Amino acid sequence: MSVKLGVPSKGRLMEKTFDWFSERGVTLTRTGSDREYAGAVAGIDGVELVLLSAGEIPRELAAGRIHLGVTGSDLVREKLGLWEEKVRALEPMGFGHADLIIAVPKAWVDCTTLDDLDAIAAAFRRHHGFRLRIATKYHRLIRDYLRDNGVADYQLVDSQGATEGTVKNETAEAIADITSTGETLRANHLKILSGGPVHRSQATLFKSRNAAWGKEERDTLAALKARLQLEN
Amino acid sequence: MAEKAQVRAEAARLLNLFEAQGASVVETPILQPAETLLDLYGEDVRARAYVTSDPLMGEAMLRPDFTVPVVQMHMAQGAEPARYAYAGEVFRKQEEDPHRPPEYFQVGYEVFEREDPAAADAEVFALFHDTLVPEGLRPATGDLGLLMAAVAGLSTTERRKGALMRHLWRPRRFRALLDRFAGRTPQPEGREALLSGDPFAKVDAPFIGLRSKGEVEDRIEALREDFAADPIPAGEVSLLADLLSLRETLSNVCEHLRDIAVDLPSIGPAVERFASRNKALEARGVDISVIDFEGSFGRTSLEYYDGFVFGFSDPTRHTMPPVATGGRYDALTRVLGQGREIPAVGGVIRPELLLDVREGQA
Repeated sequence: MSVKLGVPSKGRLMEKTFDWFSERGVTLTRTGSDREYAGAVAGIDGVELVLLSAGEIPRELAAGRIHLGVTGSDLVREKLGLWEEKVRALEPMGFGHADLIIAVPKAWVDCTTLDDLDAIAAAFRRHHGFRLRIATKYHRLIRDYLRDNGVADYQLVDSQGATEGTVKNETAEAIADITSTGETLRANHLKILSGGPVHRSQATLFKSRNAAWGKEERDTLAALKARLQLEN
Repeated sequence: MAEKAQVRAEAARLLNLFEAQGASVVETPILQPAETLLDLYGEDVRARAYVTSDPLMGEAMLRPDFTVPVVQMHMAQGAEPARYAYAGEVFRKQEEDPHRPPEYFQVGYEVFEREDPAAADAEVFALFHDTLVPEGLRPATGDLGLLMAAVAGLSTTERRKGALMRHLWRPRRFRALLDRFAGRTPQPEGREALLSGDPFAKVDAPFIGLRSKGEVEDRIEALREDFAADPIPAGEVSLLADLLSLRETLSNVCEHLRDIAVDLPSIGPAVERFASRNKALEARGVDISVIDFEGSFGRTSLEYYDGFVFGFSDPTRHTMPPVATGGRYDALTRVLGQGREIPAVGGVIRPELLLDVREGQA
């Protein structure tokens, strides 16, 4: 059985992943037509390329249907409960950097810290009769973070895209999303709360703990790690 | 682990026991409208409860506990006083611990009684005590009413007391707020400049979203008031710490509480309620000289208990959740009663854990 390596199927994340492997002597290529999600691996035997949506790679790793996978560390933490029991991070890959942050309207001059957000949420609830809404698609990460920091009287509302626009559209009062440069936030009159990001994400090579790791697969992994010069 | 049929039989036995105390047996739907529970508990309950959607009722939850639907039922149609018993499954996600079951039985007993809260507390506790202590379980008790009275009596602004009260159930947050109000932590960066000049001077962004400029101004006013307020005196902070760190038997703690009440007179009435509960417990034959009291007990559970709280655990198995928990929740009836309220106290036993305890002893 070959070792199945899951890689994002399109865009910059795919290109950067291909570059990262090729710099280390392993060539990943897409085969067939532009639209066909098939791939080939050269430079090492026994590895099979599986092209997948980056968002599905955590689930496939957890299910053990792929042995290795490249995806954002934010997605693994968000999508997998007890993620450390299901996957192991082999190597951060140094690209795809994004911070998960909480942002509020810039005009909220009284809001710089989580303490402020908590006090504002309490007053907002009294005034409006419902909990302050935070739009996000990172429900687990944000809920855990706010609970650990003792923020109450908020609710999360699901937003799968254009999250920065929800405040202006009055479907949320604050947002939690990933940002790399902060450009979109500024354009939407939002500012980031102080105290550091909720999570600093980057593309990471993960190993599934649930995949079938027979002798053959373990040997292939050892050879791959040697080629990639991975230590852990 | 016990078979489901055994658990069901044990639940039936406990339910009979509660019914024999004069309780009416009630049922509640498993599917609960999510809105009430979300409004009460916020996102914490979303993380713990199974949320699903129904085309007609909208967002619904698999019953995470019985207390809320039983209170709603009583507030809508109950005669006073009332005693209810119920048995059934509750559903909780266990993201952090895959070994804990996501669905389990609870058998509960709830008393809605206006006349004599101390006697009602004692009635519920004695029932659980007499059922569970012979099984080798150890009770622990607390009293959130003492803590609330202590906070209400601090010499500081109403806003600060309100903030502390709001975070009573979040010990870390409570501590951080207390430190700030006692002047032990510095103000956030830029706060002084914000409060002294025109707060909007440096802002070129428009007001977007539902929170209006007026609301921001109100909060700045509140911050100014807070900035000008004297710190909470160190003596009061340490009295609060004394109260929270009390670990004594029910009979001994009363004297300590009276000592604290000399310097913190606001807890006086709560201490007297404590003393009359002790008397009521003794009248029910509970030996209060061997029952533990912990000043912080009950601060980490869901935030509806606001008086006497108790739990029963297996002292030999520290990783096992409490076999039974309960307490007084007067404020919850106020929130769900839409203008009406009634003092209420109750508790639940988990029959499956009780069977596990017996198995461990066999």
